[in-house]
Amino acid sequence: MTKKIVRPLIPILVLVFLYAPILILAFYSFTEATQIGAVRAFSLKNYVTLFTTEELRNMIIGTILLALGSAFIATILGTLGAIGAFYSKKRISSAISTVNQIPVINADVVTGFSICILLVVVFGIAKDTFVPLVIGHVVLSAPFVYLSVMPKLKQMDSSLYEAALDLGATPAKALFRVVIPQIFSGVISGFSLAITLSLDDYFIATYTKPATFDTISTYVVNATKGSQTNIKTALWALSTVIFVLVILLVIGMNFSAGREEGTERRRKGV
Amino acid sequence: MKFSRKTLGIPYAVFLVLFVAAPLLVLFYYAFTNGQGQFTVQNLTDFFTDPNTLGTLFYSLLIAAATTALCLLLAYPAAYILATSRLKAKSVIIMIFVMPMWINFSLRITALKEILTVIEGNLAFYPFLNSVIGMTYDFLPFMILPIYNTIVRLDGSLIEAAKDLGANDRQAFFRVTLPLSVPGIVSGVSMVFLPAMTNYVVLDMLYNNTYIMGSLIGSYFSAYNWHGGSMIALVLLGIICLFTLLTGGMETEDARTGGALL
Repeated sequence: MTKKIVRPLIPILVLVFLYAPILILAFYSFTEATQIGAVRAFSLKNYVTLFTTEELRNMIIGTILLALGSAFIATILGTLGAIGAFYSKKRISSAISTVNQIPVINADVVTGFSICILLVVVFGIAKDTFVPLVIGHVVLSAPFVYLSVMPKLKQMDSSLYEAALDLGATPAKALFRVVIPQIFSGVISGFSLAITLSLDDYFIATYTKPATFDTISTYVVNATKGSQTNIKTALWALSTVIFVLVILLVIGMNFSAGREEGTERRRKGV
Repeated sequence: MKFSRKTLGIPYAVFLVLFVAAPLLVLFYYAFTNGQGQFTVQNLTDFFTDPNTLGTLFYSLLIAAATTALCLLLAYPAAYILATSRLKAKSVIIMIFVMPMWINFSLRITALKEILTVIEGNLAFYPFLNSVIGMTYDFLPFMILPIYNTIVRLDGSLIEAAKDLGANDRQAFFRVTLPLSVPGIVSGVSMVFLPAMTNYVVLDMLYNNTYIMGSLIGSYFSAYNWHGGSMIALVLLGIICLFTLLTGGMETEDARTGGALL
């Protein structure tokens, strides 16, 4: 009997540990309090600050544009790389796969620092051009695109490509009409992974970003060292907004996954 | 040029050579040269003779070990209980456990910092404890997910067989379930240990003035000391290689790809 009560207790405690800080902060973001624990009146002032302060707005938009841009480049490069490696000789494809593993295993500090040295110190590319930052984020995420496309290529029915060629399709056409659609789910998950990696990155951005540009991570880290309380509490609001967006995203993903499963079942006539 | 599927890989191969392989070679070059571009092992000997850098190395290993242990202690029972429960919506519940991964880590650490400040008063009193709590808070989902995935895929009939052959619950767990979940544990450990040695922002944000290996790179970077920083990066790279070799053989496929993808 006690076992029944104790068993769910551990997962629940872990959940409390993971969520309590975020939820408490979310609660206080709707008040005038500048410190946790202080009881103050309800207020939306943090949300007003968040959406009207130019500095904050620029930083959020910059982060999103960087994530979309670098994820786009990473997806194209990584997908083409995986296709190329898949059809290459064993020796070449395993060489590509090995080098591809380096940024995955390596610490982000080392990756960011080494890219900074090569591009900024050796080649003298100005950080203000955003080139080192974008390249850094592509290095961070393209390997994960490669890794999520590769299994789809291995699962693919290779005879379909041959059939398309036999039926008169050019190799390029066969690639776009036959191969790409079969690996598309891998491409999409690679793209979304690339976006989350870029959004969450701190280290590569600090070592390669222009001095006047901030991503959410670099901005928040600097803000915690600063003493501007209105910015500090506006970031509580930002945390809450992102939390709600993540929840909606997860619900949406579950919903669409459930629906797909439904159509699959219908197709099979179950 | 004739179209070939192989040629599609060329841009990415060039990209990898230019921006993954080349930076590491430059790192080697800088680590073993001085400001005048002459070959030197000074940076290497400096690292291994300076009590500060050596102390930092051991301190980071200690932080990483404590973080990994705490993560494992929390994650394994949680993942095990969830994976073996009769709940129907297990995949939804595991989603709730890993969802914090998608919230920007700096915002999550800010939240943790506010809470810890209220509890402890002054964060500077417990630098080691706070670092371990911060890292655990940051990396726990990465430990839960691979362990859960391994246990949930275990063949239940093995445990039934063990029980039929006379094992009690405890024996079945220690002789069957636990050994079979080692690949998941190894994946989790490899995803927590190395970041815990390098992710110095967590320490910075928790008003910590203790240093881990990552912080050394950060401080050399701020001082424009590329040569010293490269040597630290190289030492870290060595540790990472060693660690990967040790765990590589046992890691499950989903550790990196599936683990991050869910």
